[in-house]
Amino acid sequence: MNRRRGFGFHGGIEPNSYKSETTRLPIRVAPISEELVVPLHQNIGGTPRPLVRVGEYVFKGQRIGAADGNISAAVHAPTSGHVTALELRQVPHASGLADPVVVIRADGEDAWMAPEPFDWRAAPPDAVRDYLRDAGVVGLGGAVFPSHLKMRPGDADAIDTLILNGAECEPFITCDDLLMRERAATILRGASILARLTGARETLVGIEDNKPEAIAAMRQAGAGMAGVEVVVLPTRYPTGGAKQLIRALTGIEVPHGARSTEFGVQCFNVGTAHAVADALERGRPLISRIVTVAGAVRTPRNYEVLIGTPVRELLADAGMMAGVERVLMGGPMMGFALPGYAVPVVKATNCLIAWTPGLLPEQPEERPCIRCGACAEVCPADLQPLELYWYARGNQFGKAQEYGVFDCIECGCCAYVCPSNIRLVDYYRYAKSEIWASERDKARADAARARFDARNARIEREKSERAARVAAKTAASRAAVSAIPDASADGVSEPSVSNAGPASGSEAAKHALIAQALARVRARQAGQDVADDPGGAAGAHQPGDTGHTTS
Amino acid sequence: MSGAPYLHRARSVPVIMLWVLAALLPGIVVHAGFFGPGILMQLVVSSLAALVAESAVLALRGQRLAPALSDGSALVTAFLLALCLPPLSPWWLTALGSVFAIVVAKHLYGGLGQNPFNPAMAAYAMLIVAFPALMSQWPLAGEGHQVAGFGESWRLVFGGERALDGITGATPLDALRTGMRGLPGAAPPQISTVMAGSGLGVIAGVGWEWVAAAYALGGLLLVALRVISWHVPTTFLVVLALISALFWMVDPASHAPPWFHVVAGGSMLGAFFVATDPVSGASTPRGKCLFAAGIAVLTYLIRVFGAFPDGIAFATLIMNLCVPIIDRTTQPPIFGHKQGPARRGLRQGDR
Amino acid sequence: MLLPLLIMTGLAIVLGAVMGYVSVRFRADSDPLVDKVDAILPQTQCGQCGYPGCRPYAEAIANQEAEINQCPPGGDEGIRKLAELLGREYKPLDAAHGAEKPKSVAVIDEATCIGCTLCIQACPVDAIVGAAKQMHTVVATLCTGCELCVPPCPVDCIRMELVRDTVDTWKWRRPIIPIKAVA
Ligand code: SF4
Ligand code: SF4
Ligand code: SF4
Repeated sequence: MNRRRGFGFHGGIEPNSYKSETTRLPIRVAPISEELVVPLHQNIGGTPRPLVRVGEYVFKGQRIGAADGNISAAVHAPTSGHVTALELRQVPHASGLADPVVVIRADGEDAWMAPEPFDWRAAPPDAVRDYLRDAGVVGLGGAVFPSHLKMRPGDADAIDTLILNGAECEPFITCDDLLMRERAATILRGASILARLTGARETLVGIEDNKPEAIAAMRQAGAGMAGVEVVVLPTRYPTGGAKQLIRALTGIEVPHGARSTEFGVQCFNVGTAHAVADALERGRPLISRIVTVAGAVRTPRNYEVLIGTPVRELLADAGMMAGVERVLMGGPMMGFALPGYAVPVVKATNCLIAWTPGLLPEQPEERPCIRCGACAEVCPADLQPLELYWYARGNQFGKAQEYGVFDCIECGCCAYVCPSNIRLVDYYRYAKSEIWASERDKARADAARARFDARNARIEREKSERAARVAAKTAASRAAVSAIPDASADGVSEPSVSNAGPASGSEAAKHALIAQALARVRARQAGQDVADDPGGAAGAHQPGDTGHTTS
Repeated sequence: MSGAPYLHRARSVPVIMLWVLAALLPGIVVHAGFFGPGILMQLVVSSLAALVAESAVLALRGQRLAPALSDGSALVTAFLLALCLPPLSPWWLTALGSVFAIVVAKHLYGGLGQNPFNPAMAAYAMLIVAFPALMSQWPLAGEGHQVAGFGESWRLVFGGERALDGITGATPLDALRTGMRGLPGAAPPQISTVMAGSGLGVIAGVGWEWVAAAYALGGLLLVALRVISWHVPTTFLVVLALISALFWMVDPASHAPPWFHVVAGGSMLGAFFVATDPVSGASTPRGKCLFAAGIAVLTYLIRVFGAFPDGIAFATLIMNLCVPIIDRTTQPPIFGHKQGPARRGLRQGDR
Repeated sequence: MLLPLLIMTGLAIVLGAVMGYVSVRFRADSDPLVDKVDAILPQTQCGQCGYPGCRPYAEAIANQEAEINQCPPGGDEGIRKLAELLGREYKPLDAAHGAEKPKSVAVIDEATCIGCTLCIQACPVDAIVGAAKQMHTVVATLCTGCELCVPPCPVDCIRMELVRDTVDTWKWRRPIIPIKAVA
């Protein structure tokens, strides 16, 4: 089994870990804030639909946002109280933009909703997945991918290896470390549930060798469990990246765009396994998580925090020092600066770092790339970051894509080593969002083109239909006309009628026709008014006709 | 404000350039020891000229001076050029080369990071084409030769005095070539007589082999510090040794042995300091090997069949031209794209 | 001296061959030109270019009947792409056809709308839902922002609203490099 240590992955870096300060104290349960701000969109996929109204009373754990479609996950009230607002507020996102949130004023009771018993062992797999979706379980490593989507019993690809990610390679972050130290048994119960749901035969827990306590705790908890193995990995960033961990443990490389299940592997964060156990064994939806509070605070440590707790209050509890210029959410390698301190802790918040220039020095000014290749040496995705940079900087996004910008996991190793201080990852993020935007634009343009063409075709069709109708009617009335004046002998052909017939007769026939038509129109209009039938003139313009409206 | 990462390794371009300069020091000291203090004067002249030229160009281009001047790249270029020139060259030759390196070879192509050619080598090539005579006046070291002292060197470098008889002579490579070619009509001499006759040292001439060793020492330091990757020097030296060994084994009478080529002339300087220039070199691992191998082969061919004393400069410039295509064709496979889709089948087969 | 020359010549020949191969191997598939031009145009269908829609304008461009700088919604970027595709000279947007504006969508004030259907008839992409004498609504995701529905409205109840960034559509800005001296 030692062979597993041999796989590794290309590149990676060994930065200073800054972890020791936050591992000295046990996890503390953060005080309940008076006002909790729960963003609806806390998962990859659709934004949940709000289920509550302003003024409504909610119990702790009550669902306040329902999953929108299958690629989504519910959100819940983190404590009991009244909903005071459903509005747009700034959320923890690099953009600093506002997103819909549910604001709950806590009543201090912290009263749980009545538990709904759910026997996941007896329930069909689909029901278990729906249950997890409605319990709001998402990946807690930071990606917040809905967990229920990662177990698809119906899939052709059976899973034989379940990987628990306890690598936690980013500097500063210790929330998984502490969780493993203190709650190893629950994590492994969650793991065995996941193994059962995915059908995995073996469970590998990957932990970096800088967490001996966590390794010991997990080994002890897993001692009696069949098929569970704790694998100690060398400390190297980004071992905790799902793809790098899978590679390090099994030697399998999951390419960009492929699912690891295609290779028989599935990977969950230890925190996620813990949340799964909580949801299925105790009926507790995901309403809290462990958050590391580090940096310039008096008591750096880990907290168990209710989702929706304003960051400001958590930092105050830890004793934020003066001189903090910004707060980073996530680690220093992949995190981002919070746009404000009023934003809430969300399911993705694994770490908050109170940043001062003394803690991590500000990056000096960029210099030109000297093509030294240091970035390529450390890139765990085996990219040539210098080429990506070149093309992203030159707005040659097609080229950037060719050189694999979407294979970039934004780990930041390249920018960490770059001697020219180039903000490489910023360029990749820029290139990616430009490409996404132009794909969105293109999709919109294509849709517009299709609708434009459809509309033109419809107008064309209506025109020809009208022409056909008119032609048909003309023919019919001609027949009628030829029947009215008994001017010529029977059996005489129509042309001879119009040619040979007396002029006065043909005039009269025309008048009769026009009168008939007017009467018909009037009758139809009257009928329409009575029935208020929208299928008339205007109805013809309803988008419904083109078959696109509902889409 | 910029995004993540907020953590950085403290090895910036100036630090790298300082390391390169530091690694050149042993070579410079040994050089001065064998061939006199002329080299130190060349270094000063070359550096001053480079810095002045760099400042002037930056000012003309409307860019700030401080960041570009402080990166140290101009100094590295100046040092490399000075170390390639005969140490008793007149000062204006060195200054001219240095200005050419900075203005034409570097800034006309867009400045640091965009120059396709190694600036020092481009300048060297220009000088050798324009002033072939001056460029071959190398001082002699060892028994029976006196080394120019400080005063004499000063007069030679700055005084415009060119009384070099008895001080300068053919370099080992020159001696080898002229010896090998022989006089028109005469029978080609044997390699052994050439080597013995021109007073060469044990391997590649008195002094030369020690200078080479000192460069190699500095170069190994850079490799150990991972300032340069091992790919380039290793491939360069191995390929140079292989190709010279091949010729030598086929015809030992008229070809120098591989150890001569590996140590002679600018081989070590080239291997560790010239071919490793990141800007004008290949950037992928396989590309670096190809690039270095190309320089080695061309160097050998130019040394043996060409018209110039040493081939490193021209070989480097030619390979600089090939860098874009080398890089493009040697992109390493991206994570996850190396294995076929059969991976899962393999795993199932394992069980 | 001969050898380097030979080597360079050899290299030139090899490179030439490689480039020839590459250009044959990766030759762009032969979409008719009109389709390619049309693919660049933004499909706003606003008619500001002087043609009844993007496709007709694309045809005019392909037939060399129109300049490439007549489409305001496509903006500068669109002109550059057209210039590159067609190998024509880049020109700044012709102000006679309008100015580039940030993307917006039409919004109908539902209280004022009298249900006249005139806007429905004007919309080139059928993005407005409604029936005679009933309130009308613009389907924002389908609206191209062409503004064609604004003038026909007899009660002026249609206004254009800027499309704001959301967390999902927000873009990372291009990093700024301060290399030039602040002059
Ligand atoms: S590490 Fe920086 S300077 Fe070096 S090649 Fe990469 S981007 Fe260029
Ligand atoms: S951020 Fe992207 S390009 Fe840079 S090292 Fe990580 S994966 Fe490679
Ligand atoms: S101006 Fe309007 S109709 Fe003309 S091409 Fe541009 S978007 Fe299409």
